[in-house]
Amino acid sequence: MGSTNSTLLKIPNVEVLMQETGFSPAHIIRLHDRFKALDKEGRGHLCPHDFGAIKELAMNPIGDRIIGAFFSPGKETVDFHTFVKILAHFRPVDKDRPKEPNSPEPINSRSNKLKFAFQLYDQDKDGKISRDELLQVLRAMLGMQVTDEQLESIADRTIQEADLDRDDAISFEEFRKSLEKINIDHKMSIRFLR
Amino acid sequence: CQWLCKHLWENDLLLLLCAHLLVALLVLAFPKCSVDLTGCELRCFYFQLTYQQKDQATITGDVCSFGWIIAKEPTSLEEELKEIRRNGSSQDLDGSASLTTGPSPSSSEFEMSDTFYFCRRGIESIVDDEVTKRFTAEELDSWNLLTRSNYNFNHISTRLTVLWGLGVVIRYGFLLPLRLTLAITGVSLLVVFTTMIGFLPNGRVKNFLSEKVHLMCYRICVRALTAIITYHHSENKPKNGGICVANHTSPIDIIILASDGCYAMVGQIHGGLMGLIQKSMVKACPHIWFERSEVKDRHLVAKRLSDHVKDKSKLPILIFPEGTCINNTSVMMFKKGSFEIGSTVYPVAIKYDPRFGDAFWNSSKFGMVNYLLRMMSSWAIVCSVWYLPPMSRQEGEDAVQFANRVKAAIARQGGLVDLLWDGGLKRGKVKDTFKEEQQKLYSKILVGTQEDRSRS
Repeated sequence: MGSTNSTLLKIPNVEVLMQETGFSPAHIIRLHDRFKALDKEGRGHLCPHDFGAIKELAMNPIGDRIIGAFFSPGKETVDFHTFVKILAHFRPVDKDRPKEPNSPEPINSRSNKLKFAFQLYDQDKDGKISRDELLQVLRAMLGMQVTDEQLESIADRTIQEADLDRDDAISFEEFRKSLEKINIDHKMSIRFLR
Repeated sequence: CQWLCKHLWENDLLLLLCAHLLVALLVLAFPKCSVDLTGCELRCFYFQLTYQQKDQATITGDVCSFGWIIAKEPTSLEEELKEIRRNGSSQDLDGSASLTTGPSPSSSEFEMSDTFYFCRRGIESIVDDEVTKRFTAEELDSWNLLTRSNYNFNHISTRLTVLWGLGVVIRYGFLLPLRLTLAITGVSLLVVFTTMIGFLPNGRVKNFLSEKVHLMCYRICVRALTAIITYHHSENKPKNGGICVANHTSPIDIIILASDGCYAMVGQIHGGLMGLIQKSMVKACPHIWFERSEVKDRHLVAKRLSDHVKDKSKLPILIFPEGTCINNTSVMMFKKGSFEIGSTVYPVAIKYDPRFGDAFWNSSKFGMVNYLLRMMSSWAIVCSVWYLPPMSRQEGEDAVQFANRVKAAIARQGGLVDLLWDGGLKRGKVKDTFKEEQQKLYSKILVGTQEDRSRS
């Protein structure tokens, strides 16, 4: 449609973006409008403060971590491309996508979704979820409702179950293995309309 | 002539052009009554056009059909976690032997995948959330030839731009000066007459005159905005000793309601012109104005309100319990103060038609004067007012429940979304208590099991 193309043209490198993320033009337009709505001062990029203004996110126990996932280490702003790429993780898995051996894995593959979730735990990005990091997440999700001992026991049990090589930390492979049976596609996908 | 008519129906642009010319002629010929006609004429044409435009994209321009980007899963935290457990439990049975099957069905230990629920919810709220979009003007499906409603201002076609230009000339050249004159007349008459009435002794004559004066001046102001209002169920109009509550979209709500009945207004005393109007109004009939310092004192406010309603000779109070302007797509939390007083509540639902001019006052973007000018340079303000049957607090119902019941009734009638969120979120931050509630819910699912373990 003529009118949608004109909006798309305003976004730089939109073809590349669509190819990398798999979003349709209609989705890109809507996400662009959402991006603009969040970017209240019209600067063309978002900062953590803009995310913090979303009330439902502020209510989320791990809201801060989710916001942090948008900002690469050292960067203070998020441009539209990065915004869309991160959100692309939550597109439902394309079941009928042909497996080309040379093409890079799509952003919304099961593995990449797991990596995103792993990143929420592993804040120092050393590739392992240490006991401390696990405790931090537990504390965020449970707040002041449980005692320290209860938290510690939960963390101990979790590491005991998942940690196969006994290094007192959970690596990405161990993380993936412990979640083998979970329907990642369903749990970590958002249904984008149209 | 036949050819012209046939051609007109087929070519809608031509139709719109003729509509503009007709309106311009009318305004020139009949300056007094055409201010009303402008709105009606446009309404008729607009309905025809919108029905014909369904498949054509020429006039509708950029069809930015906004609604939902995503379909949100309505599952709760408990349901999600149960499902995750069920999926993962087959693995657990092989591994650890300490899977408790306690009395609670949601027997669960912490799983790494529990974060998935919160993560997904978080991302969903980033993509689309309920609250943020209530504080900006509603998006339209098709453009109504006002620049302010054109969110993606693209050059669609020259013809459309020409039409838009013509529209600008008519709105700013003819309609705006007319409306300004009317507005100034209306306000000055209000101030002058109410001051004059203030000299009369209290009594029936004074009340009668005050009513007439107020109604007349508000009706002039309604004309000044070219507000086309349809009142429904006037038999439910608020009576003396009651409180009228309505959803709040803009300061114009007051003018709309007050032009159909007399109310006692509640508010803070301002300085300047507003203050002058307030002072003169209160001379003619008792309104409730508060000093800035008194506004914080909730008991004082409640006392003055209840004193007012107890006196049956005084007019019904008009209150907007949301406390702030919402963009007329939803109704937000009602503050319980006015529902604690214990008198009959008369709910009123106000719904604006956004196609002729968006009435929402985005106070962070525009000041009052700017807002009024925008209102006066729109096509018209078309709205419907429904008077709902009176409600009172029932036995065993507290103020908050009563407020929610009234809110639901208003939302249902006006076709608005009923939200539990506080309108104060427009400016304030979310209270930590909300986050704590989520944490409490989650911990109940987990820790409940821990207690079972420690006991056994």
